[in-house]
Amino acid sequence: MMPELGKYTVTVMGSYIATIALLAALVALTLWKGARVKRALSAQEERMKKNG
Amino acid sequence: MSIWEYANPKKFMQTSSWALPFVTVGAVACLAVGLFWGFFLTPEATNFGSTVKVIYVHVPSAMMAINIWVMMLVTSLIWLIRRHHVSALAAKAAAPIGMVMTLIALITGAIWGQPMWGTWWEWDPRLTSFLILFLFYLGYMALWEAIDDPDTAADLTGVLCLVGSVFALLSRYAVNFWNQGLHQGATLSLDKKENISDVYWFPLLLCIAGFVLLFVTLLLLRTRTEIRQRRLQALEQRERMA
Amino acid sequence: MIALLTRDLRLAIRAGGGFGLGLAFFLIVVTLVPFGVGPEGGVLARIAPGILWLGALLACLLSLDRIFALDFEDGSLDLLATAPIPLEGVVSVKAVAHWITTGLPLVLAAPVFGVLLHLPQAAYFWLVVSLALGTPALSVLGTFGAALTVGLKRGGLLLSLLVLPLYVPTLIFGAELVRRGANGMDTQVPLLMLAGITAACIAVVPFASAAAIRVNLR
Repeated sequence: MMPELGKYTVTVMGSYIATIALLAALVALTLWKGARVKRALSAQEERMKKNG
Repeated sequence: MSIWEYANPKKFMQTSSWALPFVTVGAVACLAVGLFWGFFLTPEATNFGSTVKVIYVHVPSAMMAINIWVMMLVTSLIWLIRRHHVSALAAKAAAPIGMVMTLIALITGAIWGQPMWGTWWEWDPRLTSFLILFLFYLGYMALWEAIDDPDTAADLTGVLCLVGSVFALLSRYAVNFWNQGLHQGATLSLDKKENISDVYWFPLLLCIAGFVLLFVTLLLLRTRTEIRQRRLQALEQRERMA
Repeated sequence: MIALLTRDLRLAIRAGGGFGLGLAFFLIVVTLVPFGVGPEGGVLARIAPGILWLGALLACLLSLDRIFALDFEDGSLDLLATAPIPLEGVVSVKAVAHWITTGLPLVLAAPVFGVLLHLPQAAYFWLVVSLALGTPALSVLGTFGAALTVGLKRGGLLLSLLVLPLYVPTLIFGAELVRRGANGMDTQVPLLMLAGITAACIAVVPFASAAAIRVNLR
């Protein structure tokens, strides 16, 4: 299954891994911050509804 | 019905929540297929060996790095002229994505350059101007972070984006003059598709589409987060006033 | 506007450090470089144009945050904004004052520091010309960075991050002009480009700075 990369294995693998790691970090950060803000907002809305 | 309808945050939230699943699926599908195809199924190029496979992450990220800045320029202009808040928030949301894209282009370029040119880094015009672009992204994001009042921040970063665009372009040509480089010219101009053979071309198209869709997905997600955060701030302020 | 210029100049002189500090910083940079790269004359002569330009650029950067900060704190910037002269004019005058207090001394002192770095004979003329043409652009661009960060508590570091990328074209053409002059090559292209960039900056950037100040005073 693994393609034969010859002497450039490190090069090709390295750049794919670096790309995927960076993109994954970006996605994770985006989702995490999104969830956090969403939670904070709904908590705030809930509280304001209660207090009128 | 016009594009300005989406300047209404509520409308934007509705439409984006409807559109998000589609672009997410599209991004994942294009990226998965494109990268898989590029990584496993393309032959070695005569003069690049197997390193030609790096093109599938290097070129799309480099394209996005520039295109995202252009998108930020457009949204900043819309904010400065028509004062739609969603526009400014979209620019803010796009900046970190653009920065990561620039970083990917730089890192994969360095990894690729090592076996090809025998050096990790070369002060070549393209590499140098990308480094400068990276600095501009950093400055832009730092300015957003530093200012408390959101409208002031949006205005100032908007002006910075305009001035920065001019100087990024200027730097590109200055750097070109300063040092003729090793980097090959554009591989993908529309009039010369023969530059690159079909075997490499189709997976590359898929990867570019995947990167664009990924950007749209992340942009929608981040803009939604920014809108929520603004609403949260407004609510907190109202609570304090009451 | 003349009154504003004389006021700024007088403030810079009386507050002390206006002229001296930038020059002293320039001198220190020039002194430290040989410690870093070794005292060989050949090496120093080769890198002298770049070092002199970098030193001038950093010395210029050092005093940028004071362009608007003091006036913003004591409220005179608000007065200037409501004064009959346009804010763009105020910004231009501030840039001129900054240039006279930092740029001009650097231009005049640069040949002396060139001696310390074994700058080739042919390059002195071009060094002065390039600095005289380039430093006004540094001052004007500096007002833009200062205007963006004027309301911030700790704007100094951010200011350099914002302004230094904008200095890239000026630095490239300025240093290239000196290098070509030193090697006796054709100097017309970098000379014209440097002058063009400076002229464009003087013409356009004050509008951006004034817009940023208006936002900050709102």
